[in-house]
Amino acid sequence: MTLEGLLVLVLGWKLDIDAEIYKKVVQASVPRPNFAPRKVNLRELMSRKIRIKKGADIRLKGRPTQTVDAAASTATCAVQPPNYHGITPKLEVKEGSAVQAGSPLFFSKEAPAMKFLSPTSGKVKSIVRGAKRRILAVIVESDGKNDAVALDKIDVASASAEVIRKAMLSHGMFPFVEQRPFADVANPDDTPRSIHVSGFDSAPLAPDMEIVLKGRMEAFQNGIHALSALVGGNAIHLGIRPQQTIYSGLKNVELTSFDGPHPAGNVGVQVHHTLPINKGETLWTMHAEDVANLGETLVSGVYTSKRTIAATGSEHPHPRYLQTHLGCELSSLTNGMNDASVRVISGNPLTGTHAAADGYLGGLDHQITLLPEGNDPKFLLTAGWLSPGLDKFSLSKSYPTWLMPKSKEFVMDTNTGGEERAFVVTGQYEPVFPFDIYPVQLIKSIMANDIDAMEKLGIYEVAPEDFALCEYACTSKIDVQDIVREGLDNLKKELG
Amino acid sequence: MKALHNMLDSIRPHFEEGGKLSRFWVVYDSLETFAFTPGHTTKSGVQIRDGVDLKRTMFLVIVALIPALLFGTWNQGHQYMLSIGEVSVADPLSALFLDKLLIGAVKVLPLVIVSYGVGLGIEFLFAGMRGHSINEGYLVSGMLIPLIMPVDVPLWMLALAVAFAVIIAKEVFGGTGMNILNVALTARAFLFFAYPKQLSGEIWIHEVASSKAGGLLVDGYTGATALGHLASTVGKSPTEPAVAGVMDMFAADGMFSLTNSFFGLIPGSVGETSALAILIGAVLLIWTGIGSWKVMSSFLVGGLAMGAIFNLMGLNAYMTIPAIHQVVMGGFMFGMVFMATDPVSAAQTERGKWIYGFFGGFLSIMIRVFNPAYPEGVMMAILFMNVMAPLIDHYVVQSNVSKREKRMELAMAQRATA
Repeated sequence: MTLEGLLVLVLGWKLDIDAEIYKKVVQASVPRPNFAPRKVNLRELMSRKIRIKKGADIRLKGRPTQTVDAAASTATCAVQPPNYHGITPKLEVKEGSAVQAGSPLFFSKEAPAMKFLSPTSGKVKSIVRGAKRRILAVIVESDGKNDAVALDKIDVASASAEVIRKAMLSHGMFPFVEQRPFADVANPDDTPRSIHVSGFDSAPLAPDMEIVLKGRMEAFQNGIHALSALVGGNAIHLGIRPQQTIYSGLKNVELTSFDGPHPAGNVGVQVHHTLPINKGETLWTMHAEDVANLGETLVSGVYTSKRTIAATGSEHPHPRYLQTHLGCELSSLTNGMNDASVRVISGNPLTGTHAAADGYLGGLDHQITLLPEGNDPKFLLTAGWLSPGLDKFSLSKSYPTWLMPKSKEFVMDTNTGGEERAFVVTGQYEPVFPFDIYPVQLIKSIMANDIDAMEKLGIYEVAPEDFALCEYACTSKIDVQDIVREGLDNLKKELG
Repeated sequence: MKALHNMLDSIRPHFEEGGKLSRFWVVYDSLETFAFTPGHTTKSGVQIRDGVDLKRTMFLVIVALIPALLFGTWNQGHQYMLSIGEVSVADPLSALFLDKLLIGAVKVLPLVIVSYGVGLGIEFLFAGMRGHSINEGYLVSGMLIPLIMPVDVPLWMLALAVAFAVIIAKEVFGGTGMNILNVALTARAFLFFAYPKQLSGEIWIHEVASSKAGGLLVDGYTGATALGHLASTVGKSPTEPAVAGVMDMFAADGMFSLTNSFFGLIPGSVGETSALAILIGAVLLIWTGIGSWKVMSSFLVGGLAMGAIFNLMGLNAYMTIPAIHQVVMGGFMFGMVFMATDPVSAAQTERGKWIYGFFGGFLSIMIRVFNPAYPEGVMMAILFMNVMAPLIDHYVVQSNVSKREKRMELAMAQRATA
């Protein structure tokens, strides 16, 4: 065995390289007859399987069954500008305007070429505005015909970066591209260092991507080809679970498998463990289902905004997968649930938003969760802080539930479980935060609005969602994700 | 429990803005939230939250203190009985069990009541002034303070110490979570420096002074603690009879033998004597993850290391006390489990906790042996490390920062060559 082989053996043990790769490396490093050892790309070999040790899986009741049903088509649907962080909408339609599926509803003031398209045909029913006349939603009343605008068809395998970029902007696909740093809608004028896609979702009750992408792998591959053109033909980084098979045989991707608990599926975690972002770099990310939509839209010339929603949660009458499209009415996904004691969440329980029962699916959401509202006061001895808490799932060990078998699932309500306090307990965020970053120190630097400290402590690498488990676990009930969002916004403003 | 909640709801308007009792809102609010976790729900960010809150965390620390409190209460009675010859060391420990407990309780309960009364009173005052709700921090400090006090400390002195600690060590910094020094140790340090004479006097055993005056005291009893005796040997030759007499007390059959020190059958502050009772609390703190095992274990290693170094040096009688004996005496164990682990005043980074704990233990034994004017080195050591903790954290975080900077420089160099 050569020195190189030995190095891999030692490093491999540290990095949990699997036995297969280790064997390959040792064989590869055996000197060949001409005594020139073959070069082994250590980095490439070691980057293929990564074990995330920090994190936690919150074991909620209400996982979806494997059934995939078509959701009832809804009378209206909505495109909601606040879902796309960092853009200011400029309307292209008025109330009453007739639209087709794929007609632009509004564009981004920051990048006027970036169009937001109507998912269905019909007419604009209303434009919902909030404080300061901020546009909250453009609601389209469907005529049931689903007439689609014929968009340009693109040959994704051979088109140039410029053609792809323009098509993504005009075909309404660019709003689904997120950038790091800042975790908001990407700037189309940037050239990203790399593009990363997470091939699985590890959030509580999250959809299984093998079900979401079933039958859409050709579209997914086309989407990958298109994205690849944007990074000069380089491979797209795709993070997968070791046991996933759906992604094998894909071209133009570099697969890295991630083992371990949530947030292993967060693309930010995957980036951190493969090609961490440095100050001055920009990279783009996209949800796997949106990659498939991108491929389908560009190739077919028909605006595609499919959503295979995991309808989940302990209060869902029939948790399963439902096929629908962007911005559909939530009532079509909740079996019409409309009960003040049930919270409808568009998204997962950690990063989703509290939606009205008669509201609309969020633009970047691929899951809905129905949980019991926790607005009843809890008496200290029976359900409060002195209770035995045999039904309270907790990442701290102050309730006995951590001794229960790992298979037990819990019903959790939306009660905060206590009031907000100053930071007291330490060492609580680190075990659920798989970054080489000091989370509490970073959050404190954001609270002090110390841009220099934020940069040094690694704010470029994180998104609010990466802190969701910290926020969940926080004894002092601090709104960590809001703080991180504020920090990213302030940083962006500062950098101009 | 609906009825209780309805009752609270019905009196609520009196305490709200414009009500007759609105200035007592803090009192109402704290009682209501004590009895009922409010029905507040999540808004933005996470939609579900962990069931743990500061109340439960603090409550579990108090549970961990119960063994030390109960044992300490009994032991104060036991020491009194020993001092007046009512029982002897040879008697079974069960002799006069209830009497001992009662005598202890008569002394310890007022300490607890004064500590909570004064401390919480000040907390309510500040919370009312600031319009904050009551923070749970003092629930633990209020129990820690009586446990690190000599049993006969005058109550007015205790009240003064509590007031000083809560106001100067905590409230001026902004309240719970903002303090630099451990609140309970600040109370002890205040007494130590403000009333040195009284605190080194005969207050370690209940009524020892009056027993002496009344001629009840057993011959040879001084009422001094183990560390007090040892401090008296410093600067003297090990062969002096007085020194030899002290060292005899630490032999296998002496009053301060390793066994007696470990089980805590010796005079000392109320809760600090029994290493066993404290370690039971430590098991609960580590098991629930509330007390940092990193701080505790490195603190212990630090103490043992310093003790072992002294054993090797052996320059005076004090240094020859075995390291393991050193760490079960005085406030070492109590400081290790309940004081050094205070998350607010300790180092906050995980790597920093190792360094912080180690030097805490190391310095505790060093101060104890080197400076007989401070027989209780643990208090000084932990307060000193409280002050150093931000510095330790700074360097730990800085190493992370420079790692990130190096990575960025490397990436820039690669881009430049590409």
